Formats: sequence, C-alpha cells, structure tokens
Amino acid sequence: MQTFISTLIDGLSLGSLYALVALGYSMVYGIAKMLNFAHGDVIMVGIYVLFVALGAMGTSPLMLTIAALIMIVFCALLGFTIEKLAYKPLRAASPLSVLITAIGVSYLLQNLALLIFGSRQQKVPTYFHLGSIYIGGVQIELLSLLILAVTIVVMILLSIFINKTKLGSAMLAVSEDKGAAQLMGINVNATISLTFVIGSALAGVGALLYAAKMPWVGPYTGSVFGIKAFAAAVFGGIGSIPGAMIGGVLIGIIEAMMNVFLPDVLSNASDGFAYLVLIIMLVIKPTGLLGRKHVEKV
Amino acid sequence: MKRVLAKLISVCLTLLMVLPMLAGCGSSSEEIIIGSIGPLTGGAATYGNSVKNGMQIAVDEINAAGGINGVKLKLEFMDDENDASKAKTAFENLMDKGMDVLVGCVTSVPSVAINDLVLEEGILQITPSASQKEAAQNPNSFRLCFTDPLQGTTMAEYAYNTLGYRKAAVVYNQDDSYSTGILETFRARFTELGGTVVVEAPFSNTTEDFSAHVTKIQDTDADYVLLPFYNDMAAKFLTAASAKSLALPLIGSDGMDGILNYLQGEDAKLAEGLIYLTPFIASDPDEKVQQFVATYTERHGDAPDQFAADGYDCVYVIKAAMEKAGVTSNDIDNEALVAAMHEITVDGLTGSVSFDENGEPLKGAKFAKIEDGKYVAVQG
Repeated sequence: MQTFISTLIDGLSLGSLYALVALGYSMVYGIAKMLNFAHGDVIMVGIYVLFVALGAMGTSPLMLTIAALIMIVFCALLGFTIEKLAYKPLRAASPLSVLITAIGVSYLLQNLALLIFGSRQQKVPTYFHLGSIYIGGVQIELLSLLILAVTIVVMILLSIFINKTKLGSAMLAVSEDKGAAQLMGINVNATISLTFVIGSALAGVGALLYAAKMPWVGPYTGSVFGIKAFAAAVFGGIGSIPGAMIGGVLIGIIEAMMNVFLPDVLSNASDGFAYLVLIIMLVIKPTGLLGRKHVEKV
Repeated sequence: MKRVLAKLISVCLTLLMVLPMLAGCGSSSEEIIIGSIGPLTGGAATYGNSVKNGMQIAVDEINAAGGINGVKLKLEFMDDENDASKAKTAFENLMDKGMDVLVGCVTSVPSVAINDLVLEEGILQITPSASQKEAAQNPNSFRLCFTDPLQGTTMAEYAYNTLGYRKAAVVYNQDDSYSTGILETFRARFTELGGTVVVEAPFSNTTEDFSAHVTKIQDTDADYVLLPFYNDMAAKFLTAASAKSLALPLIGSDGMDGILNYLQGEDAKLAEGLIYLTPFIASDPDEKVQQFVATYTERHGDAPDQFAADGYDCVYVIKAAMEKAGVTSNDIDNEALVAAMHEITVDGLTGSVSFDENGEPLKGAKFAKIEDGKYVAVQG
C-alpha cells in the first residue's frame, strides 16, 4: 500500500510535468493548427538559461526568482522568434512543409546547444530545498506536490484567459476560421504570435519544475520528454486544455505504475507505453478523450 | 647554361630524396618501437590521451634507467578516433614504421577490427583497456584490464564474501551491452554462491527520472543495490535515490570512475559512501602509485585516471616479457616473446598481474569508496 501511494504521487508529479508541456503543444495546435515539434527543445534551452543564470548568481530565493523570470521571458522570446523566422513565412504552405520545418528547428536548437555547451550532461544547481513530509510511513516529496499545484493553477489561468478575455476570444476565433477572423478585424498574425509566446512561456515554467525534479541538462534533454507530452496531448484530445491535463496525468501515472508493478522483464516496455496508448487512442477515438468532433461542411 | 642548371637541380633533388633515408636509418635501427592506437580526438579522446600519457611516462622511466637489456624504447602513438577503419589504417602505418609490439587498441570496437591483421603479422599485442570479450581472442593478443563478464563475477564475490550481502537489487541499462553483460555474470555467480537477486530494474538511454526505480527497490528487502552502468546515468540515479531517502549501500562497476566530475561541490554528498570496482585509485598510498601520480600531475596538470595507469602498466609488462625472452636488440622472436608473456608476473599500478592461457589478466580487484567527496581505496 505504501509503495502504491508513493508510486501514485510520483506518477502524479511526472504526469503534471507532461501536462504542462502538453498544454503548450495543444494550445499551439488548437490555434495555429500546427505541431510545434521544437516545443520540447524550448524546455532544454530554458534549463540551460537557468543553469547559466544560477551558476552566475547563486541560488538564494531572490536570485532564483530573477533567474526564473529571465528564463521564462527568454523562452517566450525564443518562441516568438521561432514563429516569426521559421513558421510565419510558411503560413500559406502545406501543413507537411510546416511540420518538417518544425523538426528542422528542433535539430537546430539541439545542435546549437551541442556547439555551445558540448555533449556532456551538466548538473543544474539544486534550488528548491523543499524536503519531504511523512504521512503514515509514506514519504511524500513536497516538490511533487508543488509541481502538481503549479500545473493546476496554470491550467485554470489559461482556461480563464482563453474563455474570458478579448485576446482569448481572438484566439478562439482564429482557431475556428482564420479568414473570417481576419474579416472581423482580428490581427491573425499577432494572435498566432501571442499563442507562441504563451506556449513557450509555459515551456519555461515546465523547465523550472523539470530541472527541480531532474537537475541534469544536455543538448537532447526534453526531446523524448516532449514527444511523450505530445502523446499525452493527443491522448487527452489535442486542442483541448483540460484534455492535455488529463492526458498528461494519466500517462504519467500509468508509466510510473508500470515501472514499479510490472514484473522485471516486462517493465522494460514501460518506455514504449506512451506510444502504445497514442496508437490505441488514434484507432478507437482519433479526437482523443476530450477532443470535439469537427464536422467539415462542404 | 641551361644544361648546367638542369644538372644542378637534378643533383639537388636526388640529395633531397636520399638524405632523409640516411637520417632515418641512423636513428631508429637500435630502438624497440612500441606502437599504440587509440582515440586522441573525438568523443572518446580522454581515454586515448590518458593511455598515451601513461605509456610515455613508463617509456621515459625505462629509457632513463638504461632501457631493456641496453636497448632503448620508442613510443609511436596513432589516433583512431574510436573508429574501426581508421584503426586498420593506423595499424598498417605503424607496421611501416617498424612497430615491434602493439599496445592497443584503447577501445573495444577498433580492437576487434584489427584482431586478424595483428594475428597475420604475429607481433605481440596487449590491449590496455578494451573490455569487450572479443577484443583479445588470438594467441598473440593479451589484455590488461578486466573483461565485462569478469567484473560481474568479481562484484558478486566481493558483495557475498567480503561484505556479507545476500539480497541484491540491480538497476541496469537495457540499451548498453556493458551493463547487461555485467548483470548476466553477476546474477549467475551471486546465485551460485547462495545469494538472491530480489529485483532487476531496467532503464534506457533516454531515462531521466529514476523515482520509480528507487520505489521499486524500496518495496523489496534488498541488502544493497548494484549499479553496473556509467557515471552519467549513475549521477541521475543518485539524485532520485537521495530525494527518496534510499538508505541501502550502493556498489558500482568501473564505469563509476570519474562520477565526481558530474557531482561537484555540495552535490558530491549524493555519492557519499558509494563503493565501486576500479583497477586504479590515484589516492592509493602505495609508493609506486604516488610517484606516478606526481609525475603525471607535473606533466599534464591533473591527476591520472585508470586509463593512464593501464597504459603505464602495459609498457612494464612488455619490459618484463622482453627481459624474460632475452631480447637484446629490436630483432625480436615473436613466438618466444608471446611464450614469455605466460610466465611473467608484474607488480603494476593496477595490481599484481599475470596472464592465463587465453591472455586474460589474473589480478585482484580493487574497490574505491567515495568519502567526503574524495575517492578512497577500500581494503578488499
């Protein structure tokens, strides 16, 4: 029982991280109708920024706050730049060209990191000294609870922003029909840029929590994690914000449970499980758990 | 006038061609050439450079003391970038330079690639550090380091006999034959002795979070945890183990060497108490080791690792074999030299070593422990 609860909490915190990253994928897909495969690499860039900033300034609470803000702003600007340079010129091109460009951007970021920092893993200084609490003999890491809480808050704020504000309504309008939105006086390019800025800032928040839990960074950090988060987004229904949350948390919990409770021989397979879930979901319900069916009118 | 000029030019050109040959003859005819191949550039460059630096120190020491029966040694080291085809080219080049014995290759894949070429030439070959089983299989090839399977056996015996552990938990990298190879022989030997492997938790090259592995171990009644994999992943495992307060003793394979490069400053306490198998510990109080460490540090600025010690020992193994075979010039009887290899015992930096009929080393294992952020020798 203790093991079960401890695994459940591990799964929840891992799943929350997936959810946070899946939110970014989902939002960009829902509004700009494109898969930003460089999303996972933005996390990697974020962790490197944190690594350099904390290395230079130390990890006192004040410096940590400054470093985290610098990092999140940096990620947001990076998202903005990527969109302007790589995706905007392709606004009228086929979705396939945009997809391939996204993969290109992903490789570009990885190789830039390789060039600047080398291939070696680096240790990010420990910055959250939270420790653990014990309930009925079960050790609960406070960091896990923090990750869960931050993800829930971010999800609620994002839902309010999209459903209750003018900018949010503009995003929804662009998502429904770019042409019509433009005719209604919505600045489509600015709206898509804003989507990328918010999505990348979310990746920045993800980077802050990711490096607190797994304090290692290399050029390929985040790329596999990003793909699993993408699977979570599809599982929950890509384009849906609560869907990304549910998909991420479910995949996290299932992965942790499989790692701990399956027999040794089978637990080898837990890594591939996220992808298996993705395939099964696409076969049974292509729109995902919470995805809406979209009727194409001719 | 034109003719005279042409003659003059042709004489000059002829001289240019002939002079280097004369020079070449003069200097190398009386030296024994030890050839060596390893990566000096690329991702595995630290291994090749360490071996090269270690060998050079041994060669200089031996030459300063008068050489082998009066014959001086010369080291010719070539870069293979840890690449099989470059290693073959390097081998041919070294043969052209008159190589008498080969120390190499430093890494496993190039070693396997040149095996047959070396067998054809018949010269003595010792690899300092290629641990893959296939890297030294011919009658004329020997190995100084432990093989991967031998490590598994040694660690099983150490844990069961010396430390008295009976229940092992193993975390291993399913993507790496180094890790699975050690696990196989460890499991076989540990169960044979009477112990049980209570859990085997696999991870892959892309694993970032080891929380689940730690939870899985905590769910068993294991006495200790075996970590047969490399230091970069081990650092990640130790982060999770510390967050989840894993209280079991940890024992690693020789891939742990250098883990403190990843865990510096206050992070070093994550590795506190970790024991791992290693052929060489720079802080070993042994006089020979300390002298080597001092020379190495003076020349290269940092302390030597196990690869440097392996390279150093290889040169002394060759010296012992040549003295046994009565070598007095660089005209070497290869068969007698190979036969002598089976008769010698050399007390080197990496322990006292002799060779079995397959050319594998017979030597005791050393274990190091991390105490107060430093590598310390363990009596084992």
